[in-house]
Amino acid sequence: MALDTVERGIGSGVATGGTPGGWRRALRAIWGRPTSAVGAAIVLLFAALALAGPLIAPYRATDQIASARRQPPSAAHLFGTDRLGRDVFSRVVLGTRDIFALAGLGTLVAVLLGTGVGLIAAYWGGWPEELTFRSFDALLAIPALLLALLLLGTVGPSRQSVLLVIVIVYTPIVARVVRSVVLAVKPRGFIEAARMRGEALGYILGREILPAVLPALAVEAALRFSYAIFLVASLGFLGVGVQPPAPDWGLMVLEARNDVALAPWSLYFPAGAIALLVVGVNLFADGLRRALQA
Amino acid sequence: MARYIVRRLGFLLLTLLLTSALIFVITRLLPGDVARVILGREASEQALTALREELGLNRPAVVQYASWLGDFVRGDWGRSYSTRLPIREVVLERLGNSLRLAGLTLLIAVPLAVALGVIAGLREECPADQVISIGALAVVGLPEFVTGLVLIDLFAFRLRWLPANSSVAPDTSLFAALPQLILPALTATLVLLAYIIRLTRAGVIEELRQDYVRTAALKGLPRATVIVRHVLRNALLPTVTVIAISLGWLISGLIVVENVFNYPGLGRLLTFAIDRRDLPLLQAVSMITVLIFALANLAADLIYALLNPRIRLG
Amino acid sequence: MDDTPILDIDNLTVGYRVEGGWRDAVREVSLQVAAGETLGVVGESGSGKSTLALAVLRFLGAGGAIRAGAVRLQGADMAELAPRGLSATWARDLRLVPQNPLAALNPSLRVGEQIAEAVRQTAGGALSRADAQRQALDLLRLVRLADPERVYRGYPHELSGGMQQRALIAMALHGEPALLILDEPTTSLDATTEAAILDLLAELAGGQGGQGAARATLFISHNLGIVARMCDRVAVLYAGELVEQAPTARLFATPLHPYSAGLIGSLPRPGMRHNLRPLRPIPGAIPRLDALPAGCVFHPRCPLALDRCRSERPLLEQAAPGHQVRCHRWREVERGALQDGEPAQPVPAPASAEVAAEPVLVMREVAKQFPLRRSLADLLARRPPRMVQAVDGVDLRLGRGRTLGVVGESGSGKTTLARCVVGLEERSGGAISLVDLPLAPGLEQRAPAVLRRIQMVFQNPQEALNPYLTVGEALRRPLMRLGGLRRAEAERRVARLLDAVKLDPGYAARLPAQLSGGERQRVAIARAFAAEPDLVLLDEAVSALDVSVQAAVLNLLSELRQRSGTSYLFITHDLAVVSYLADEVAVIYLGQVLEQGTVEAVLRPPFHPYTEALLSALPSLPPAAPRERIRLEGEVPSPVALPTGCRFHTRCPRALGAICATEEPPWRDAGGGHRIRCHIPLEELRVLQGGT
Repeated sequence: MALDTVERGIGSGVATGGTPGGWRRALRAIWGRPTSAVGAAIVLLFAALALAGPLIAPYRATDQIASARRQPPSAAHLFGTDRLGRDVFSRVVLGTRDIFALAGLGTLVAVLLGTGVGLIAAYWGGWPEELTFRSFDALLAIPALLLALLLLGTVGPSRQSVLLVIVIVYTPIVARVVRSVVLAVKPRGFIEAARMRGEALGYILGREILPAVLPALAVEAALRFSYAIFLVASLGFLGVGVQPPAPDWGLMVLEARNDVALAPWSLYFPAGAIALLVVGVNLFADGLRRALQA
Repeated sequence: MARYIVRRLGFLLLTLLLTSALIFVITRLLPGDVARVILGREASEQALTALREELGLNRPAVVQYASWLGDFVRGDWGRSYSTRLPIREVVLERLGNSLRLAGLTLLIAVPLAVALGVIAGLREECPADQVISIGALAVVGLPEFVTGLVLIDLFAFRLRWLPANSSVAPDTSLFAALPQLILPALTATLVLLAYIIRLTRAGVIEELRQDYVRTAALKGLPRATVIVRHVLRNALLPTVTVIAISLGWLISGLIVVENVFNYPGLGRLLTFAIDRRDLPLLQAVSMITVLIFALANLAADLIYALLNPRIRLG
Repeated sequence: MDDTPILDIDNLTVGYRVEGGWRDAVREVSLQVAAGETLGVVGESGSGKSTLALAVLRFLGAGGAIRAGAVRLQGADMAELAPRGLSATWARDLRLVPQNPLAALNPSLRVGEQIAEAVRQTAGGALSRADAQRQALDLLRLVRLADPERVYRGYPHELSGGMQQRALIAMALHGEPALLILDEPTTSLDATTEAAILDLLAELAGGQGGQGAARATLFISHNLGIVARMCDRVAVLYAGELVEQAPTARLFATPLHPYSAGLIGSLPRPGMRHNLRPLRPIPGAIPRLDALPAGCVFHPRCPLALDRCRSERPLLEQAAPGHQVRCHRWREVERGALQDGEPAQPVPAPASAEVAAEPVLVMREVAKQFPLRRSLADLLARRPPRMVQAVDGVDLRLGRGRTLGVVGESGSGKTTLARCVVGLEERSGGAISLVDLPLAPGLEQRAPAVLRRIQMVFQNPQEALNPYLTVGEALRRPLMRLGGLRRAEAERRVARLLDAVKLDPGYAARLPAQLSGGERQRVAIARAFAAEPDLVLLDEAVSALDVSVQAAVLNLLSELRQRSGTSYLFITHDLAVVSYLADEVAVIYLGQVLEQGTVEAVLRPPFHPYTEALLSALPSLPPAAPRERIRLEGEVPSPVALPTGCRFHTRCPRALGAICATEEPPWRDAGGGHRIRCHIPLEELRVLQGGT
């Protein structure tokens, strides 16, 4: 029971939902709903920053201006400077690409891997399914951040480790969402009809089952992306993620925390960026779920 | 019911076994040379050999795992590499602190979240629901270290009402420690709140759509009776499980919160162990955390089964 | 007694708000139900009958509203009731028995408490808890529950569907309600349970006043046979409009509206045969609310439609006292001037209709057991898993071009048997051969050439087609995979397949969501026929369809079989459909065949007592003169713990005694391939069952 609830909780709630051709309608519905439109706009804005970051940022991430330490926001330094005299605006803008690369790539790999494993294991059933998902249960019995810290504590902190952590933590969750849809679709007549004409596994998984998985998967991917941003930032803050002097938002918050009385802007701007992006992705994911459920 | 309990216990043991194996694999096998991880890159070959001998790293992995798990179950958790202190005492003391903080958090979060979730669910798509739901969505997006630091800046530095640092001394009474607990508990509450609200709301909405609600209303019962006696009775049942599941979030959250506030709990100990490459300490903290999480889940499942006739009599 | 009707529905229009506009699901309907009367409301899905029930209850939900007209209960306008008054009316006067009894009961409260709660609420606090409990128990006795105390203490999930529905009827009948609304009260139940519930309702309605009777009843159903049996008058709804209303006997004898006539003509009845007296289906499907036709709402499907029908909406006219009809041409119909259309073509019986036809399918001793999940303790103790015996020793033969109907209630193992034949389940024992080819148990072990020769049509048209693939692709795949055609050739053949199931070639580009239920089932049938199989299994293939659509699909199946020479294994719970389409019948109970033979032989005495009960449960049309009704006691036993001796003895109304419980009954041969598995000698059965 507990596990069912996990599924309901972290899962998307889109069972086998969505109708064919519903994607365009879903997109319209997202733009038609104020909250999800705001979310989508925020995500697009940050995505643009990630792409065009170096063109926008006036300084490099590691440029230290010795004469301008702890400067409050001004025309020269939009978000002020930190205790080393680095331009906070440039670091926030340049950090966008980092977080998108890490969280985005990690989510993408986890989604692909989880989809593959979930599809195959759930469709086969029997002991391969049992073994796969029992191991995943064991992984999920370790709270996500604890698992991340365990892995980073032994592998050592680096960008690659953070990527690995995201993949390991989220693949089982994606696989379980996929599995729940596959189990709902598998007993249906059209799958049995495909089996009765001897279709290959690839056709059944790719052509008959995958389209039904996609709506739930899209919502799940959006949610995972938001949690991945959260996780990368938290790891940065705990000092076990991306290492200095990289412009990682969590790391920037960590570096600024003892400076909050003297230079609060060096804490508030990266913190605000994290919060804004995560909230944006959440609003978008919620809109996507509503649109695809309808 | 007895059958259910036995099955559930078996499941718990299996999960713990798998999880412990996983923790073992991550901490012992994944890093390659554990001795070098502990002693660092400049360690002499001699020291490395000695440590390998001490840890029994030359034995096959399965034997190492069995003896490690046996020691853990017997309560022999060894000494920390960095502090040379017996691990069990440290971990249990920190566990007490963490449970105190977690308890206070749950005390604030659960009633509030359930109430808000029920209101949102009963008023689906009305303004009250939209405020609560969007609020929850926004709050769930705020990392604990962001809210924590903002709260510190506000209440400790600007208003000077509460202490910024929550490093309570051992044996402080709960009452004396309360001022130090408030900010961390509030921070942890926020994340939990959003999560429980969303699930409670979904549960209420789902139950409201059931046919039996119509049956109850058509008996002519007042709406309040229909809601309390029929809808909530079923909608709040899964909340027990929801709370247990959300403990997973709470644990993750507390790791960050304790670091933000310098609170001497398990989470702080965990990051300490990682900083110092203190593998035995890391293993012990991980194992105890997972155990607590698993036990909470078990308790929730049993309570749920006890309250739900479909399982109790099934 | 004044003559104010108990229920007066006056020119009622009910709509749902959709995207800023209104979709009226019920339009200008007027009905009255007088004291002591039962009015039947008949309609297919989409007719608005459920909306009508909810509107009478004033329980339409957020999106729905009464747009015009009024509902008066005992003269009082329901719309004028304040919330408190509405609650009081619900408690005292208005009761509903819904379709799905399990969902209608609160899963976490004891059944008795739920009834007592209603009793106390109606009494308005003037009743002690103990008195309410006593009354609830009395009510449970009233609905003939064998062990009322146990039901009182039970939770809904512990009771069978029949018991749940009895409990809800008990709840609805406390006090003296003015109006009882029965909304498809037996649709979710098995045939024998349904018959028992209908008996109960008829008996309760027969009693005069007092506890256990409502002053008037509104009986909503899609099932003409049930309505004919239970109701004094019948109102026919179509696409939200009242098209005809008349006393029951009159409606079934002389329907004036072409839709009513079509419904009656669509219903398979004893004596009708696909090749002798075929059904007359109504073409097309019920229109959607957002695309209602102009003029008469029925004209696109009407065999009698004139230009006038396409433009001018007919009024509801009085054809005779108590008989109203909404049709421009009812006078001509009444005069008999319109012998509508060409008489349906009797399909000539195939020349090979001899029992000796070449066998296509032979099953010998087919068995299927499912292991139950073992507990960890059992696993460690190496105890063998407990088995569910779903199918047990079934011997059946099916000749080329013929149809074998396998009839049974839910849990009889009939679907498992079908799935063993196609290989979706691997049988645990016995042999199955196709023509002279032995079939491997599992699908994966069968060669493509074998797969081609057996196909299946599933029960639920919603699930038979992949919602994400076009009709064209659904039909092309079997042509390519099994028929070995190239893509271009397959594309061309799709159009021919569609034509064979009477669909336009343009349907190839459509997605299943754009099809009606009947159209989807046609596509599923076309898919099964694509690779020209020898054998098609039809698993409840028409059960989910509305009567008028079902008739068209049955005729299509009959025609396809005639043309292709394919054999059918037809799995169903519906004896009427079997008697219409099948050549041979096997009656199956708890995994065993109890009786088999040609359809003529099985439907005539001597019967196996179980067959007799199934036949007796069949609502007949027109309502037959009361005859002895055989009703079954209790529930189907669990297949985990099968009864000893004769499987059926625990419920058999004609059981002899100890021998039935201890010894397996022998097969008794009635000649011509007709066999009955029973301890009672055939002669005795024949006498008992009044056969000649």
